[in-house]
Amino acid sequence: MESIRWLLAAAGVEFEEEFLETREQYEKLQKDGRLLFGQVPLVEIDGMMLTQTRAILSYLAAKYNLYGKDLKETVRINMYADGTQDLMGMIMMAAFKPPEEKEENIALIVTKAKTRYFPVFEKILKDHGEDFLVGNKFSWADVQLLEAILMVEELSASVLSDFPLLKAFKARISNIPTIKKFLQPGSQRKPPADSRYVAVVRHVLQF
Amino acid sequence: MAEKKPKLHYPNGRGRMETVRWVLAAAGVEFEEEFLETKEQLQKLQDGNHLLFQQVPMVEIDGMKLVQTRSILHYIADKHNLFGRDLKERTLIDMYVEGTLDLLELIIMHPFLKPDDQQKEVVSMAQKAILRYFPVFEKVLREHGQRFLVGNQLSLADVVLLQTILALEEKIPNILASFPHLQEYSVKVSNVPTIRKFLEPGSKKKPPPDEIYVRTVYNVFMP
Repeated sequence: MESIRWLLAAAGVEFEEEFLETREQYEKLQKDGRLLFGQVPLVEIDGMMLTQTRAILSYLAAKYNLYGKDLKETVRINMYADGTQDLMGMIMMAAFKPPEEKEENIALIVTKAKTRYFPVFEKILKDHGEDFLVGNKFSWADVQLLEAILMVEELSASVLSDFPLLKAFKARISNIPTIKKFLQPGSQRKPPADSRYVAVVRHVLQF
Repeated sequence: MAEKKPKLHYPNGRGRMETVRWVLAAAGVEFEEEFLETKEQLQKLQDGNHLLFQQVPMVEIDGMKLVQTRSILHYIADKHNLFGRDLKERTLIDMYVEGTLDLLELIIMHPFLKPDDQQKEVVSMAQKAILRYFPVFEKVLREHGQRFLVGNQLSLADVVLLQTILALEEKIPNILASFPHLQEYSVKVSNVPTIRKFLEPGSKKKPPPDEIYVRTVYNVFMP
């Protein structure tokens, strides 16, 4: 759900949250028929019950004008977002792996970030010299990349040391007023997954 | 001036590219393929900076080198009117596609499981299809009584669902037994002219994964 919170916040959209803490709450949602395939995330918006993270993100990006001005820009935003989602997906899953695999997992994620993903975005910024990833305009791709950078930095603080343009990008995007607000204490941004969170998820989703 | 045909880069088999083949075919778009058979070929693509994140599928189309399966599918669907008439239809199609792709993922991964796990997994994917996914689409079709899932016209959602149904039927022939609307739907969508053509022998539709395909994938992608 975190990427959804980021995108709503970036778009300046206030939202409410109903936190799932028990299996019973989850089963009630399923029985009520609000979960298309029986799964969360679920976002109730504009009279719709939206599920499937990527579909929700695409809807929000389109609605709030963060999806480029034409098909060619949209597909680039999609590709960049998909790539960062692959990276963040690894981080998300790492929290649920056994503790003895944790260090190895983190090392792998940091390596992938530094060799597969960050060089790509560094080059994109270098090649066009613009402030934002696509079309010289703030888009969903910029929000996703900032989120991914911050998540990887939580695993390895110096991960941007070889990426000067990404460092500048991080500072710049963090200073956009809606994002700046989201990065301040007291916002709806969630902390990294801890053992309590993992326990709740295992209990609610039963895996 | 005639547009250059899209060119698909992937091993000669279904995998993650098959959905792209389906959608191009459904849209009536002819395409070319360059099959990856060796590690060296993949390396050449990577070294030449043709693969944004060093991965395939990659599709050369409209002067771009597109990667990330979902991005490719969305681009083709948008371009060829397979993504609904407005944002609400588009989002509904997107949700259906995402769910179906979750199910298709199990099929894609299946040949790479340990032989001992493969039979178990067939049971598991059948259960998921029958309990989680098919009831949703059966209900959608029953409630609106239309030929296609969304907006009474062919969309990306129909193409991906048909692909998934047929792939599951190869492993579990009677998987639609309890879903009369899906049975009828499957026949109707198969009869869309572009899709019927794709389902005929000699098309670019790939056969079910076999040992040769699995070995090729290991050769190309294992470090």
